[in-house]
This record gives sequence, C-alpha cells and structure tokens, in this order.
Amino acid sequence: MNVIRNPKDFFTGLILLAVALVFSYGLRALPIGTSFRMGPGYFPLVLTGLLAVLALLIMANGFRGDGEPIGTISWRGLIIISSSILLFGATMKGLGFVPSVALTAFTSTFAERKWKPLTAILTALVLTAGSYLIFVEGLKLPLQAFGPLDRRTLKWKFSETLLSDLNRR
Amino acid sequence: MIMLAGIYYGAQYGGSTTAVLVNLPGEPGSVVTAIDGYQLARKGKAGLALFTAAVGSFFAGTVATFLIAGFAPPLADAALAFGPAEYFSLMMLGLVAAVALAHGPILKAIAMVVLGLLLGTMGQDIYTGIPRFTFGVQEFAEGIDFAALAMGIFGIAEVVRNLESSEVREPIHSRLRDLIPTREELKSIVMPILRGTGLGSVLGILPGGGAILGSFASYSVEKWFSKNPVPFGKGAIEGVAGPESANNAGAQTSFIPMLTLGIPSNPVMALMIGALIIQGIVPGPNVIKEKPDLFWGVVTSMWIGNVMLLILNLPLVGFWVRLMTIPYRVLYPAIIVTCCIGVYSLGYNVFDVSLMAAFGVLGYILIKLNCEPAPLLLGFVIGRLLEEYLRRAMLLSRGDPVTFFENPISASLLSISILLMLIILLPSVRRKREEAFKE
Repeated sequence: MNVIRNPKDFFTGLILLAVALVFSYGLRALPIGTSFRMGPGYFPLVLTGLLAVLALLIMANGFRGDGEPIGTISWRGLIIISSSILLFGATMKGLGFVPSVALTAFTSTFAERKWKPLTAILTALVLTAGSYLIFVEGLKLPLQAFGPLDRRTLKWKFSETLLSDLNRR
Repeated sequence: MIMLAGIYYGAQYGGSTTAVLVNLPGEPGSVVTAIDGYQLARKGKAGLALFTAAVGSFFAGTVATFLIAGFAPPLADAALAFGPAEYFSLMMLGLVAAVALAHGPILKAIAMVVLGLLLGTMGQDIYTGIPRFTFGVQEFAEGIDFAALAMGIFGIAEVVRNLESSEVREPIHSRLRDLIPTREELKSIVMPILRGTGLGSVLGILPGGGAILGSFASYSVEKWFSKNPVPFGKGAIEGVAGPESANNAGAQTSFIPMLTLGIPSNPVMALMIGALIIQGIVPGPNVIKEKPDLFWGVVTSMWIGNVMLLILNLPLVGFWVRLMTIPYRVLYPAIIVTCCIGVYSLGYNVFDVSLMAAFGVLGYILIKLNCEPAPLLLGFVIGRLLEEYLRRAMLLSRGDPVTFFENPISASLLSISILLMLIILLPSVRRKREEAFKE
C-alpha cells in the first residue's frame, strides 16, 4: 500500500467515482435533450461528468505528496448510532412514540466506550419522559404514544396528507 | 416567519456561549469562536470571552440591520430586472464563494458542491415530471428530504465524531462580575469587532455566504492583523471578537438575497423560504412592495432581537453554565432522539429517518476524509434553482450560451466568479489559503 501516499485523497476520489458511476447508471433512462431544450438528463449529465473528473483528479492526488493517515474510525459509534436511528424508524409506526424513543435512547447509550447500566437506563427514562412531555403534550404533534398509529389522534393540519397516505396502503 | 428569524439569530449568539464554555459549538458559525473562546475560558476568562461575544454580536447585528433597511429595497428594485441568466450567474458566484472560503483542500470543496448539486437533482424533473435517479425506490420520487440530509450530515455525523474523542470537556464556572473587561481588553476588541462586522456583512450578502464563511474569514483576517502576544488558538480575545461579530453580521445580511431575490443564501434561509411559501408568499423582489409590513416586521424584529439577546444573555450566563454541566454521555442520546423525532415529524415518513442515518454515516466518512460538508449542503439547496434558471435562460436564448455574457449584470457576475476561481486555483494563493485554514 506504499503507492498510496495520501489515503484521505485517494479514498475521497474512490467514493466520489463510485457515486458518479451510480449516477451515470441512473442517467441512462433520462432524455438529454439539446442545449436549447434541455431534457431532464442534461444538467445531471454535466454534473456527473464533472464529478467523475474531479474524483479522478482527487484520486490522482492520492499518489502524490504525503498526507496524513485517515486515523481511527469509530466503528462502534458509527454502527450503534446509525442502528439506533434505524430502530426508531422501524418501531415508530408499529410500537408508538414512547417505546420507540425509549429503545432508541437506550440503544444509543452503547456508543459510549464506558457503558454503565444505571446511567443508560436513567438517560433513556428521562429522555423518553422529557420528549413525551415536549413533543406530544407540549407541541401536540400527532404522535401515538403507544401502539400503532390511530387515526383519531391525527390533528387537522396533518390529517389530509396522512389519511390519504394511509388509504393508499 | 418572524419567530423563525428570531430563532435563527438567537442561535447565532447562543451557539457562542456553549462554544466558549464547553468547547461545543452550538452551530457551525461558532466553530471558530470555540477555538480561542474555550482556551480563554480555561484561563478563567470565560466572562471576558462571553462579554466580547455578546457586545460584538450586538454591534454587528445593529449595523447589519441598518444595512438591510437601507439596501434591501433598492436591491429589490434592481432584482425586478433580473432574468434567468442573471439569477444563474449570481448563484454561480455564490457557489464559487462557498468553495473559496470553505476550509480544506479546494478540489474537495468543489467536488462537494457538485455532489450536493447532483443530490439535489434527485426526484421529479420540474418540466417533464420524469423521475430522476430514483433507482427503483419510490420514496426518492419526491427528492431527498432536506432536513434528513442536513441533520444527518451535520448532527448525527458530529455526534459520532465527538464520541471518538476522549477529550474531557471541563465546564467552566463564571460569575457575572467577571464579565466586565479591563480598559486594555476593551481596546483590543474594538478593531476586530469593526473588521468582523464589515467582513461578515459583505460575505453574508453573497448567496452561499451567510454566517459561517464570515466567521472563518474573519478569524484568518484577525490572525493577519493581530499584535497580541498571545498566539491564536491559545486564547486570543481577537479570535473571539472578530468571528463572533462577523458571524452575527453575516447571519443578518444573509436575509438580503432571501428577501430581495428569493435565493436562499444558506440552509436556514432555505427553510425560511419554505415557511414563506406555506403561508402563500412567494419570496422574491415583490415581497418588499407587496408585503411591506412583513419586510419591515422582520427588520424591526432583528434589532429588537439583538437588544433582547444582550439583556437576556449577560445575566443568564451563570444559568447557561450550569445547564452545560450535563455530561456528553447524557447529551448525545438526547441529540439523537431529537433529530429522529424532528425528521419524522416533518413528513411522518419513516424513510426520511433511515435516510438521515445513511447521511450520518456519509457525513462521518466525509469528515474523516477531510471533506467539508457545508458546500455539499449549499449545492443541494441551490441545485434545483440553478438548473431551473439555466434551462430557462437557455430556452430564452434559443440554446445560445453567449446569453450569459451578453447582458452586463450576468456577465460581470460570471466574470467575478471566474476570476475568483482562477485566483484560488493559483498555486501560491492555494498554499497560503490552506495555511490560513489550518486549525
């Protein structure tokens, strides 16, 4: 791996190049049009091309000059934090606000290296109670505290979009 | 709307309090304040730093408010004459400015803007309704949710990054009477405040500028001017005074392009435009004429907001400090939960929550790779508008790109952008710039 002297630049370029490739795959379905009548693909085509060129330039920088190493990546934090957020998304509709927030908060505490059970439980409890008071009682967001989403709790402002959304399913 | 505006500039100052006391910038504009402010606090001069931040913010806010009152109406008149070509060029200038002042390597900043623009094109095409880059995912048809992107890339990514540092944040206690600076200290903050205000006001007007660029630029400028024996980064009061003034001035003047042109100069302004549209007001040059009460309401509220900040914050410093003693291990789950609820409650869409997690991961990787996420967000916000004006201008000119150089306003805006781009790409300037931002 001695060829790559500036890993930060090299991997930036690599990621951007991958993005450009994915987008160029998406471009196939889009009519480009002419510069007079630009189709939906014109502007994205220019951008994708530009991104690919920039990606290659940045990647080339990875072989020149010395750069710092990327440094340690906190996999633990990354995985736990993102999965706690995904957990919120997964349980919100089915379990309701209170269990969902409690689960999310509790899971996220594991990201700390020195995990203490008491702190974790207390944090989750206080957070759940606090956010229930603020968002459900205080701001009156149409969120069901427990159980699946109930139509009767929907407030007028949101009911239209939400009901049509529910009906479609 | 006025409330939103109030929250916005309130945050500009509130962010500095936490930045000074616990080295935790409350918002991106205060990142620079944290560098020297926290060092000052560790030396027991938290009061001085907070006083400087408050007074600097107040002064800058007042000046910027007058600037808005003075310049916005004539600018709006001029903006009525703006065609798509002018709008396009103006946004290009904004993007170039964002690249020029983003810290970190130039190429990466450009790439981030382009990536943001590209992400912004996802979703239905405005003219034909053809879904773009949905990759078979139905939820992508409406485009990427702005809140999910912003909270993921700034909020979540930042939490993960903070978790990896084992650096202990020691909160500092401060009393009210420590707030009063000595005569010499007062002298040393006057010039930075003036310079910061000027710089912040100018940069704030540029689309893409806003508070963040102002504070970074001001920090570099103060470094040039400083005669302070205390080096920057070790607790130089100028490092708080300048950026904090610039920050606030920029926050205020960034209302100018929003109120007169309907162009968001930063993500917050984009939200503001959203709030206006919900209320049935289309932001643009006509707002000042058709809704003068709204315009002047916003302007007056700015100044009152500034006075309130000064009155409220100085005595409350002690209280804020106590709030800040909450350790991070309790704080970050709260941030996560709030982000989740926030994104979810905007559209009651579970998909946006997952998207936020994904952007959190992306944001963290970008931070690790030394890529600045701010230009990405700006590109995302401006992307759709930029494309729309480009296509409209080309339609009007029958596909002739010369149109951008034929008309004087557009031509000069584009020339400035090109010139700026060339200057920052010059090797010598590039090196110096990278040195200036090395913090």
